[in-house]
Amino acid sequence: MNDRHTFMQHDAILDLVDGMTHLLRRHLEDRDIRDPALIGIHTGGAWIARELHRRLDSPDPLGLLDISFYRDDFTRIGVNPQVRPSQIDFDVEERDIVLVDDVIQSGRTIRAAMNEIFDFGRPASITLVTLIERGGRQLPIQPDVVGLRLPLQPHEHIQLQGPDPLTLEIGHRGGDT
Amino acid sequence: MASHRHNDIQLTPDGRLRHFLTIQGLSRELLTHILDIAESFAALPGRPVKKVPALRGRVITNLFFENSTRTRTTFELAAKRLSADVLNFNVSTSATAKGETLLDTLRNIEAMHSEMFVVRHSQSGAAHFIARHAAPGVSIINAGDGRHAHPTQAMLDMFTIRRHKGDFTPLRVAIVGDILHSRVARSQILALNTLGVTEVRVVGPRTLIPTEARALGVHVHHDLESGLRDVDVIIMLRLQKERMDGALLPSEEEYFRLYGLTNERLAVAKPDAIVMHPGPMNRGVEMDSEVADGPRSVILQQVSYGIAVRMAVMSLCMQTHAEGVEA
Repeated sequence: MNDRHTFMQHDAILDLVDGMTHLLRRHLEDRDIRDPALIGIHTGGAWIARELHRRLDSPDPLGLLDISFYRDDFTRIGVNPQVRPSQIDFDVEERDIVLVDDVIQSGRTIRAAMNEIFDFGRPASITLVTLIERGGRQLPIQPDVVGLRLPLQPHEHIQLQGPDPLTLEIGHRGGDT
Repeated sequence: MASHRHNDIQLTPDGRLRHFLTIQGLSRELLTHILDIAESFAALPGRPVKKVPALRGRVITNLFFENSTRTRTTFELAAKRLSADVLNFNVSTSATAKGETLLDTLRNIEAMHSEMFVVRHSQSGAAHFIARHAAPGVSIINAGDGRHAHPTQAMLDMFTIRRHKGDFTPLRVAIVGDILHSRVARSQILALNTLGVTEVRVVGPRTLIPTEARALGVHVHHDLESGLRDVDVIIMLRLQKERMDGALLPSEEEYFRLYGLTNERLAVAKPDAIVMHPGPMNRGVEMDSEVADGPRSVILQQVSYGIAVRMAVMSLCMQTHAEGVEA
C-alpha cells in the first residue's frame, strides 16, 4: 500500500471489540441463541474472533477458516502464499455460528466462508460480525454486528495488522474483501 | 545446461509453477510452498465434505501410457477433491495402439478442453516432450517417466518426513535398494538435497547403485548396517523382479539376507527413525512384516499424504491458466 497511515491503534480497537461484544450478546439474546460457536476468518478475522471468544468465555474451541480454496477468483489469483489449514474442532451440524471477519467490502469473502462452513455441516444459523463495515458491497450480504462503519472511497484500502499490537491502516490501493 | 532447460519449461516467466515434471531446478522455497499448501488438504479427510471447490469445472486427464492403478487412483482422487472433472486414458488400449502418435493423442484430448494432463510413460523424457508441445494454458504433471523422475512421489515422501520429523536440516536419510533403476530415488535425492538435509545415503548392492551416484550428492554404502547407522529416515525401494531375471541379483532370498529390513537391523538407526516405502511393498524381500506393520512404519500414511500433495501440485499449476485477465 502507498501513502499508508495508522487510523486506529490497539487500545481503541479493543474498545471497539468491547462494544461489539455487548451488541453481539444483545443480538444473540433477541434470537434466543444460548450456545453459539465462533469462527474467525484468517488472518484478521481470526485475531478479532480470538478477542470476542475470550470476552464471551465461549466453551468450544475457536474455529478458524482459510477461504483460499473457496474464493470465486481462485484460478485468477491462485493460492495465497500464506495459506494455512482451516480448523473447526466442533460439530457444525445444527449449531448457531458466529462468523467473524475484520473488514467487509464486496461480501465475496463472506460468501466463500459460508460455502466452506456448509462443507463442514449444516448450521442452524450464522450471525455475521465484522470489525469494520466499509461499503462497496457487490453481493447481498450484510453484517449483523459492526464495530465501526467507515464510508471509504473505492481506491482506499483498510487493513488490520497484528496480532500484537493490533492496528488499522488506511492506504491507497485496490483491495477486495 | 540441463537444469536451465527444465526451468524454461516448468516455470512461467514470473517464477510460478506451470508444469510439474522434475524436482530439478525448483527452489527450496517452492518445494516448501508445495508442502505448506498440502497441509490444508491433509486436513480434508476429517470433514463431511472432503472437497474444496477450487478447480470446479476444470477437466484433468490422466494420460497413462504405463499401467498403474494405484498412482492413477490417487491422482484421480486428488483431482476430484479439488472438484475437477477427470478423464482417464489408458493409452495402451486406445488409439495409440492403432498407430496414433503421442502428439495426436494430446491434441485430441486438448480439443476436449482438458487443461491438465497427468502423464506416466515408460520412456524417460516423455513428460518433458509433451510439455514442450502443450498448448498455452495446458499443464503437464509427470506421474513417472522411465527411469528419470517421479516428482510427486518425492514430494509426498518429503511431506511425510516433515510431518514426522519437522525440520529437514539435521536429518540423515538412507535410501535402500535399486537406486539404479529408480526414478523415485532420483527425485527423492534431489528433493532431500534441495530441502537441505544433513546427509543422504544410498544403500544397495554394487550392481544396483549407479557409478555416478556420488555426483547426485549422496554417500554410497554397500553394507546395510553401516548405511543405516544413526539415520533418522529409512526409505526402502521396491525390488523389481525383472532385475533378477537380468542377473543383476542372485535371488530374492539373497537380497533379503543382505538388504532386507528387520527389527534387528533397524536397531542401529536412531531410536525414533521412521520407515518408508513408496509401494507396492514385497513382504519378506524389502522388509519383513514385523517392520512393515510395526510402530516405526509410516507407509500407510504416505498413501493418504499422496492425495494432499498431488492436490497441492495441481492447484498451483492450474492457477497460471488465466493470464491476460486483469487482476
